[in-house]
Amino acid sequence: MHPAPSLIAFSVLSGLGLGLLAMLGLGLIVPTGWAAFLWFGLGYALTLCGLGASALHLRHPERALKAFTQWRTSWLSREAVLALAALLLIAPHAAGSVFLARPMPALGLVAALMALLTVLATAMIYAQLRTVPRWHHWSVPVLFLLAAFAGGLLLIGSTTLAPLALALLAVALLAHWMIGDQRFAGAGHTGETATGLGPLGQVRQLEPPHTGTNYLLREMAHVVARRHAIKLRVLALVCAAVLPMLLLVLTPVGQPVSPPVWALAVALHVLGMLAARWLFFAEAEHVMGLYYGRH
Amino acid sequence: MTDLPAKTDRKLGLVIDLDTCVGCHACVVACKGWNTENYGTALSDTDAYGAAPEGTFLNRVHTYEVTPPQGAPVVVHFPKSCLHCEDAPCVTVCPTGASYKRAEDGIVLVNEEDCIGCGLCAWACPYGAREMDAVAGVMKKCTLCVDRIYNENLAPEDREPACVRTCPAGARHFGDLGDPDSAVSRLVADRGGIDLMPEQGTKPVNKYLPPRRRDHLTAPPENLAALCEPSTQGLGGFLGWLDRTLEKL
Repeated sequence: MHPAPSLIAFSVLSGLGLGLLAMLGLGLIVPTGWAAFLWFGLGYALTLCGLGASALHLRHPERALKAFTQWRTSWLSREAVLALAALLLIAPHAAGSVFLARPMPALGLVAALMALLTVLATAMIYAQLRTVPRWHHWSVPVLFLLAAFAGGLLLIGSTTLAPLALALLAVALLAHWMIGDQRFAGAGHTGETATGLGPLGQVRQLEPPHTGTNYLLREMAHVVARRHAIKLRVLALVCAAVLPMLLLVLTPVGQPVSPPVWALAVALHVLGMLAARWLFFAEAEHVMGLYYGRH
Repeated sequence: MTDLPAKTDRKLGLVIDLDTCVGCHACVVACKGWNTENYGTALSDTDAYGAAPEGTFLNRVHTYEVTPPQGAPVVVHFPKSCLHCEDAPCVTVCPTGASYKRAEDGIVLVNEEDCIGCGLCAWACPYGAREMDAVAGVMKKCTLCVDRIYNENLAPEDREPACVRTCPAGARHFGDLGDPDSAVSRLVADRGGIDLMPEQGTKPVNKYLPPRRRDHLTAPPENLAALCEPSTQGLGGFLGWLDRTLEKL
């Protein structure tokens, strides 16, 4: 699949922002006044930047409001509804913390749930697609949710829970890659089933239907430079999970993370997640490619 | 709503005969011609006369080589367009309700006024049947020529999809696949019509008729040269008379 920068930026930034808002909603840190303003502001900024990036992916963003209507069947519509619900519900909790030094824990809890459900809906947009066997698996929602948890915990500088979540994120990334590499072959789609010509013999593309490229090939038959895939996987794993985890673990027990170490850990995590999401799209094979003799 | 209808009154669709298709791409051109000037926005081309021409098409003809376990490989031309699936995954993923399946005849359509151009329906289709138009930024797909088949301004013989109407080989058939007695249903039953990628669970309405088994020579002809030699033997009519008369001179 085509690794569109808008989708990569959207899923990384909004995943991080919603993860942070979920942690604030759950009350893992309870800032008030200016501190609360900065924390909630960061959560909103990341989430809204992500949603803004996702709007860039649309060819007709002026009709985006219509995307709130089909929540009964469409995960993309559910994502829009849930994101709006999360951002609206956390607002009173945030305002109470900033202006009155009075958080609203019950509302925060509901908003946190909505934020996590939004991340789940994002993951399900991909996991629902039978046409992309690598994505059509439970490991995808697990990976997206763990990334949000790890990112949120890392942002609030938790030295106990964040290393644990980052370790789980590392396991989830490895599992996603290892399971994912087997998915296409396991799903049983071949050029023979795609054309229905299997009973006659082995199928090979003789001539494509067009001499140039087209939307289908650009969007769904993206051929990744596979020799770099291993290097990128290592980079993603080390930067997104391993190094931030080590930086947090090395902080003396009972002390807060020093700001430079925190900034370094967050920067590494974001860089690693961008690489991981690039791979998430670039390595995903669509069954449509079989009609063009590739996948 | 993007809910699929529980059942459709009819199942209009195409039956494509892979045995008969000669791969001339006339259906591709007829489809582009009709659909670029009728329902919805035009099917745009970009860089049409430049170095890298590209365009939006609702129907494309692939060509495959099938190698049987024994015998010579066979070339199969393979037209592919929307299969108007009963369980169409492209419809349910649509966030705006632009994509829908009609309860009356099962045709899957896009309301271009509601399309935000997110491209998710194209991802959900296993067959590559949907293409985002590069200029209009809305999703384009086969409409089964909905603006021809019910169009009373057209002559009755023209009230079928443009690709079917134009096919010089008679490889494309249009009809109600929900009616077991329709001509297309009988054709599918007689010829063992198949679904594409049935393991995707989409229940396509369009069917493909597989190429018939090729016969092959068990022994070479006794006198192969005689078959190749031009001969006037048995020639009738004026040319035969001329041949015989000139022979006598």
